[in-house]
Amino acid sequence: MNIRNVRVLGGEPVDIRIAGGVIAEIGPGVAGPDAVDGEGAIALPGLVDLHTHLREPGREDAETVQTGTQSAARGGYTAVHAMANTSPVADTAGVVEQVWRLGREFAHCDVHPVGAVTVGLEGKQLAELGAMADSAARVRVFSDDGKCVDDAVLMRRALEYVKAFDGVVAQHAQEPRLTAGAQMNEGVISGRLGLTGWPAVAEEAIIARDCLLAAHVGSRLHVCHVSTAGSVEIIRWAKSKGWNITAEVTPHHLLLTDDLVEESPVGAYNPIYKVNPPLRTRADVEALRAALADGTIDIVATDHAPHPVEDKETEWSAAAMGMVGLETALSVVQEAMVETGLLDWAGVAQRMSVTPARIGRLPGQGRPLEAGAPANITLYDPTVRTKVDPSAFASKSRNTPYEGMTLPGRVVATFLRGRPTVLEGKLV
Amino acid sequence: MNRHLISAGDLAKDDALLILDTAEELARVSERSIKKLPTLRGRTVVNLFFEDSTRTRISFEAAAKRLSADVINFSAKGSSVSKGESLKDTALTLEAMGADAVVIRHGSSGAPHRLANWVRGSVVNAGDGTHEHPTQALLDAFSMRRRLGNLEGRKVTIVGDVLHSRVARSNVLLLATLGAEVTLVAPPTLLPVSVGTWPCEVSYDLDSVLPKSDVVMMLRVQKERMNAAYFPSEREYSRRYGLDRERFAKMPDEAIVMHPGPMNRGMEIAAEVADSARSTIVEQVANGVTIRMAVLYLLLGGEIA
Repeated sequence: MNIRNVRVLGGEPVDIRIAGGVIAEIGPGVAGPDAVDGEGAIALPGLVDLHTHLREPGREDAETVQTGTQSAARGGYTAVHAMANTSPVADTAGVVEQVWRLGREFAHCDVHPVGAVTVGLEGKQLAELGAMADSAARVRVFSDDGKCVDDAVLMRRALEYVKAFDGVVAQHAQEPRLTAGAQMNEGVISGRLGLTGWPAVAEEAIIARDCLLAAHVGSRLHVCHVSTAGSVEIIRWAKSKGWNITAEVTPHHLLLTDDLVEESPVGAYNPIYKVNPPLRTRADVEALRAALADGTIDIVATDHAPHPVEDKETEWSAAAMGMVGLETALSVVQEAMVETGLLDWAGVAQRMSVTPARIGRLPGQGRPLEAGAPANITLYDPTVRTKVDPSAFASKSRNTPYEGMTLPGRVVATFLRGRPTVLEGKLV
Repeated sequence: MNRHLISAGDLAKDDALLILDTAEELARVSERSIKKLPTLRGRTVVNLFFEDSTRTRISFEAAAKRLSADVINFSAKGSSVSKGESLKDTALTLEAMGADAVVIRHGSSGAPHRLANWVRGSVVNAGDGTHEHPTQALLDAFSMRRRLGNLEGRKVTIVGDVLHSRVARSNVLLLATLGAEVTLVAPPTLLPVSVGTWPCEVSYDLDSVLPKSDVVMMLRVQKERMNAAYFPSEREYSRRYGLDRERFAKMPDEAIVMHPGPMNRGMEIAAEVADSARSTIVEQVANGVTIRMAVLYLLLGGEIA
């Protein structure tokens, strides 16, 4: 299938000719009359998410590999990394291969399982990282996400150990003692609302320690969902030393702030805004945007975290933490980064496709759109503005903080190695 | 007035004064031999208590009954709630029963806000987690007004575990609205990091604040806080922040002592101080019924016969 009339990274209109799942030619008039009409949409390399919760096995009521990858395709993604905090935990070759095979079977996008760092995410004993790396799933990213590897020795060993197979430890930075029972960002709002605070220092202290550990043992470290201005400063400093550190920010931390917990159209204390790490302040949002623009933060990762209605329709403290994000990510990034002039579309492609694929060591993903590259392509129309309607999501869950908000842009089509997974905004 | 009473911060000055003035009228009724008014006959008030609080529950129950409302007590223990029913389902059940007002006590901050999304009746916050307890603040203001008159410019010192205190949050908001000058006194560990943004002063030194206080309100300090390193020991807390006889003597002669109860005698307050003539602690309990009558009366739009 060929594509005509698209603007690669927002450039001049061209056609894309595809042969055998690979881009054969890009240029004016190369596609022929039977090609898919891109109608001037922006063409980006297929998006790659380094941080997705697909929930299968164990919480198929919230999401499955099938619905989660459908959601990913709708959001313009051609590859996702499935986090390890399933039930059972993805801490063995068996579990990661199961998730990987389900991804291959449904084929809405590539699924790369993340392996747990420690057995059962319990932070006590290293999981069989090598077995997962050597399995059919070829795991390269390891994370106890949802929990922090807070034991300094264990973290050091994990960082060292994964060097043998070019792996990376993706840390959920949260000092557990400083965040016992934490409910939201510790600050003005938490004080007024009487909710236990999640202080910025609990994230920053772990990031600082991990950067020093990674430098000491000469390993690469990836920092998940950076949420504070202080974390940005620490990462900027660590990178200035030449240390091998990468970091991600979620779309919601680029747009939303903690005052929504007190006052929003959906009422005070609405757990739709409950997420870990928590929404922070306007100053943090500004720092995160600047850091994503200047490269201190390398990538956008969704932390897509589906939860069934009953886990959110509760009092605040009883509610689950997390938000779905795959189907709104590109729109939120456009709103926060492109509309504000902080990034152009090449910058977006770098941060949502090229670099996440490099961190995850995915040679077939995140390649610039040029002849010879796998035809993983996202077509995006940035000119429309629409109201977010969760009932239209492909995800099984509806826990989006953007319901009713008007956001820019729409994914028109997604191609996975030349085969459309989404056309005219609908799943194929 | 709003349909609900969830936060003391929702009360404009006129609303707060209306509640206090209404309570003053209702207090006269309470002095009669027959205390009951027919005002809320046929209306249903549900006491929905997810935490044990006999004091607050019976206070609301007495208030509703003196206004002739039908009272349903729904406590979490031994009910469907303890079998895992959600707050929403409990709310829908109460809604189906036709509750005109739901008085809720819950261990989770914000539970009354959530409940208000799911019921049509008025929601009265009887204490939510570490957030607010607005009727306690109203009864405290009522008690102060009865002893001291107008609260404008009065100096109120609130001492103790502000971080975890719903009483402190509601009192700061209401007293600021009424024009009083509030000073919070606590060890720094028991103050929110953002307390500087609150409409009040903050001090770590009780002795320097006492001579300038018209009201000293002592908060209950839970001994468990010691285990989380908020303070080193009960004795040290008591020495630095307890209201003992020596400190009591530093207060101006007309100044009063308050405590929302239940007290830890010998911890935050000495027995002699609690039992002194300048303590309002027992009056506060009586005034609790009166102020809750006023709140239910105004929210449910009754008439004084």
